[in-house]
Amino acid sequence: MAARHSDSDEDLVSYGTGLEPLEEGERPKKPIPLQDQTVRDEKGRYKRFHGAFSGGFSAGYFNTVGSKEGWTPSTFVSSRQNRADKSVLGPEDFMDEEDLSEFGIAPKAIVTTDDFASKTKDRIREKARQLAAATAPIPGATLLDDFVTPAKLSVGFELLRKMGWKEGQGVGPRVKRRPRRQKPDPGVKIYGCALPPGGSEGSEDEDDDYLPDNVTFAPKDVTPVDFTPKDNVHGLAYKGLDPHQALFGTSGERFDLFSGASEGAGSLLGDVGLSKGRKLGISGQAFGVGALEEEDDDIYATETLSKYDTVLKDEEPGDGLYGWTAPRQYKSQKESEKDLRYVGKILDGFSLASKPLSSKKIYPPPQLPRDYRPVHYFRPVVAASSENAHLLQVLSESAGKAAHDPGTHSRHQLNASKRAELLGETPMKGSATSVLEFLSQKDKERIKEVKQATDLKAAQLKARSLAQSALSSGPQPSPPDAGRSSWHLPPGAGAATTRASNFRPFAKDPEKQKRYEEFLVHMKQGQKDALDRCLDPSMTEWERGRERDEFARAALLYAPSRSTLSSRFTHAKEEDDSDQVEVPRDQENDVGDKQSAVKMKMFGKLTRDTFEWHPDKLLCKRFNVPDPYPDSTLVGLPRVKRDKYSVFNFLTLPETAALPTTQTQSEKVPQLQGPDKSRKPSRWDTSKQEKKEDSISEFLSLARSKVGPPKQESSPLVSKEKECMPESLSDKVASKGVDPQAEGGGGRPSMDLFKAIFASSSDEKSSSSEDEQGGSEDDQEVTGEADLQGPQETDLGEPPPVAQALEPAAPQEPAPPLAPSFPIQKMQIDEREEFGPRLPPVFCPNARQKLEEPQKEKHRKNKEKHKTKKEHKRKKEKKKKHRKHKHKSKQKNKKPERSSSSESSDSSDSQSDEEGAGDVSPGELLRRLKCLPLRRQ
Amino acid sequence: MAFPEPKPRGPELPQKRLKTLDCGQGAVRAVRFNVDGNYCLTCGSDKTLKLWNPLRGTLLRTYSGHGYEVLDAAGSFDNSNLCSGGGDKAVVLWDVASGQVVRKFRGHAGKVNTVQFNEEATVILSGSIDSSIRCWDCRSRRPEPVQTLDEAKDGISSVKVSDHEVLAGSVDGRVRRYDLRMGQLFSDYVGSPITCTCFSRDGQCTLVSSLDSTLRLLDKDTGELLGEYTGHKNQEYKLDCCLSERDTHVVSCSEDGKVFFWDLVEGSLALALPVGRGVVQSLAYHPTEPCLLTAVGGSVHCWREEAYETEGGAG
Repeated sequence: MAARHSDSDEDLVSYGTGLEPLEEGERPKKPIPLQDQTVRDEKGRYKRFHGAFSGGFSAGYFNTVGSKEGWTPSTFVSSRQNRADKSVLGPEDFMDEEDLSEFGIAPKAIVTTDDFASKTKDRIREKARQLAAATAPIPGATLLDDFVTPAKLSVGFELLRKMGWKEGQGVGPRVKRRPRRQKPDPGVKIYGCALPPGGSEGSEDEDDDYLPDNVTFAPKDVTPVDFTPKDNVHGLAYKGLDPHQALFGTSGERFDLFSGASEGAGSLLGDVGLSKGRKLGISGQAFGVGALEEEDDDIYATETLSKYDTVLKDEEPGDGLYGWTAPRQYKSQKESEKDLRYVGKILDGFSLASKPLSSKKIYPPPQLPRDYRPVHYFRPVVAASSENAHLLQVLSESAGKAAHDPGTHSRHQLNASKRAELLGETPMKGSATSVLEFLSQKDKERIKEVKQATDLKAAQLKARSLAQSALSSGPQPSPPDAGRSSWHLPPGAGAATTRASNFRPFAKDPEKQKRYEEFLVHMKQGQKDALDRCLDPSMTEWERGRERDEFARAALLYAPSRSTLSSRFTHAKEEDDSDQVEVPRDQENDVGDKQSAVKMKMFGKLTRDTFEWHPDKLLCKRFNVPDPYPDSTLVGLPRVKRDKYSVFNFLTLPETAALPTTQTQSEKVPQLQGPDKSRKPSRWDTSKQEKKEDSISEFLSLARSKVGPPKQESSPLVSKEKECMPESLSDKVASKGVDPQAEGGGGRPSMDLFKAIFASSSDEKSSSSEDEQGGSEDDQEVTGEADLQGPQETDLGEPPPVAQALEPAAPQEPAPPLAPSFPIQKMQIDEREEFGPRLPPVFCPNARQKLEEPQKEKHRKNKEKHKTKKEHKRKKEKKKKHRKHKHKSKQKNKKPERSSSSESSDSSDSQSDEEGAGDVSPGELLRRLKCLPLRRQ
Repeated sequence: MAFPEPKPRGPELPQKRLKTLDCGQGAVRAVRFNVDGNYCLTCGSDKTLKLWNPLRGTLLRTYSGHGYEVLDAAGSFDNSNLCSGGGDKAVVLWDVASGQVVRKFRGHAGKVNTVQFNEEATVILSGSIDSSIRCWDCRSRRPEPVQTLDEAKDGISSVKVSDHEVLAGSVDGRVRRYDLRMGQLFSDYVGSPITCTCFSRDGQCTLVSSLDSTLRLLDKDTGELLGEYTGHKNQEYKLDCCLSERDTHVVSCSEDGKVFFWDLVEGSLALALPVGRGVVQSLAYHPTEPCLLTAVGGSVHCWREEAYETEGGAG
């Protein structure tokens, strides 16, 4: 077996290291991603690619040196025999292995080969020679060979030789001796060795030799030595940041101590101006890169200030001639050089330029006159669009400028947008010429109407004042410039005023506004003396001058700003101050007709309203239905604008007048009492009223009289909080309950009733709910709450009709045990508002419990306990609730009421059966009645 | 209007009490079948929603997460999601299997009376007493509704959805049908506050129950009255009504503890099934079989036809 195995091994040739066979169920390992791959040395340390001497400080064993014990001085040798024999320490003794390795600073692995090493001998050849010497007839003959053999030179020597270098010469271009002859200025002492090459003192002895002119000499073979004494504590060759260089950019220049010293510190700053053209830069190095620093690749890069922008500007012109406000010579030149080929349509009157735009010449700024004051007066500048071309013209004329000829060519009357139109460009959205273009047609018409109306009014005013003035100034001489009174324009001309007149800057003064509008009209017509003509001739000169100024300014302000402003603003989504409000276009109307139709059971056309309704696009998509109105952005019913403050917008439902039944006084009471008129009328109110009033109206009044003053006191508070039918409802409920009492006096309720009531309440609150809900009190509370919700909602909604109250189960007299539930109901009323059909009450959730024969008293006790408990919890819950302060105060007001009611209910337990209808207190009565729905089965 | 031929109704009507589920979640505000009728949902007033197998009477899962009582629930067509709405004004989208809340849509100003999925369960429509129907998008993460249908003048009591229509009954006495295909809103005036509306299964009629103790069958297209069903009592509570599985009968809850069955065509009372004492709050009719669920108080009863035999003695 093994043999066979080895045989097969011999046959196969395998390359590389085989993968370890996978274990059963083991997943193949994923290759380690690149960022997680690490390099470690043989000791398991993270390997850096340089040692301590080449920039890293992560030397040694966990940042100690080399070993766990730390740095052990290698001089110390503990044995007696070999005392410190190695005392001379080279730098290698302090180096890490990394430094000595292949990539360290002192690699030991690589040795220069013989070819490149100088004066080392070929061993093979040497051996051969020795052999030859041994076999030579004359022993020792190789000695001669040793003498004779030319020394092997390194490649560098050979290269230099080929370039014409000879031994003994210096390296560099050949020089003439002559320039070196001139002696340095004796007045200037030179320290240091940084003189032009070859300028050493030793060359002076050769000065006297004869030197032909055309002979050059090789430089002397001198190793340049820097004799600068090291007087600082920096490391070797460390060059700190030179502030002078860094800030003022005199890089490359040595800071000349002696020349600079004479000029003093002032010259330092003076240098700044001189060195402006040079590149600013920082050279030198500040600190090395620490071991813990991540980025160390660029440690020796010099940071120059030229990399940074020191001034906000486009590009430095280069020669410093122009400041940043100067014309951009460079730019314009570049642009002109670009060959722009225009490919669009060419308008009439325009032709394509044959030669590129000539580069602009830059002239030096003019010499300022002597009396120049550096304060600028801004002349009104009018953009030369077609609309305000007249304005521009008039203004320039009235300002005394020479009128420029408005050329006869049509192209001069084109403005940008018109040209764009002709060229077929799509107009830019934002820059409509006028705000008015955003208005709908309807709005435009409206504006027009308003304008005409005001014009008419103004004209009437004018006429009146004219008549007056005519009367008064009859004998007087006509004003000097009567010819200017040509502002008698027909009222229709007012409609032709410019759009700018829609901005009514002088709206407060209709006369003035009128004059202003006329001024605009004149200006449109291009009349030169527009300003003068429209002014009231009866005004004083001062007034006139002032008004002229105002008009001109207003025209400027209101006319040209339109286009510029319109591009910056968007339309408001809603008009916030308009008197209009959006209401659905179609309303469901004439409910009276419909009601009668329903009465006659004529459903169909009479009762149906059909509206256009736009579903949301997304909704259509979700329903997989094509959008019925693909082009409309409308959602819902189409809306129209109506007057905001019209009552009819909010009368959405039939008023009580629409009801077929006549209403008695009693049912109007709730409406009168309802404090919040704006609430949505609930259908409950109306239908309920119509149903029940007749039979119980007397009881309503009875109950109300019994409720008495305290109830009325509390009612405003309550009614404020509950929006829906505050007091009146409870009154109604009261009356409902009184009804059975008064009618029958009623026998005792059947046992079933009590069973049902008590069984439901007790089992739900004590046993069953605890079992199911883990006995947590919250859950109990919830169920209890839910339990009572039905009756509570009853109070808010429509009280059941009388017929219902007369049901067999109902007419028993109010069950006293139920009374304690009142406070809770009350609170729920406060908390919530209800519309619509209520949810049915729940009172027998567990059928099993009902089967038990209940002990009446026991249950009653249970009930009481639970009620009080619940109430207690309720209060706690209330407290917990985060409420606003005003609610709190209301709540406080209610609390005493609540507690009193619970007390009274407790007391009433004992005497309840004996109590007649007349004996119960109104509050008690009310409470019982509220519980009425609970008893109904 | 061609209505399905009335079947011999004696054995057809569910009148045998098969199971009683004691839900133990307070009042059961609504009981709903899922899409295929194998399971049912009960909405409790103790803030929970429970999933049952009504035929076996086993509780499958409880969904808790509402802040107040749950008023209505619906299941999606693929049984993967549930939606529910409740007194906490929130509409909740549930994951059936995990029981977790997938999304909670807030925006209603009042308690949510009714919720419905659309056909593909991409939109939840919820009707609230704030008189609006809101269409919530289940696909996107948008917190606000896709569209709000606020044409009603009073609370919405019932919403039903067909493939391209939304039928809504409101307390303002109108039944509104939003037709997405036509882009029209049909508003039928009934007068009395609507408690429940539903489409007939053939999609030709709408059944409307209102607080004047009357159910009306209206022609969907014209709004004409096709039938009127009275005899039950529904004057104050929001009670459910529905049509039987083959549109043969009209079924309605009543406040006197019975469930009333009327023949759809003749309008005559077929059966008044005594369910229990108290108000029958909610009912649900199996989509394909004569099986009825009724909710009275805290328990749910499952009713089958007389001839029905329990399979496998499921307990």
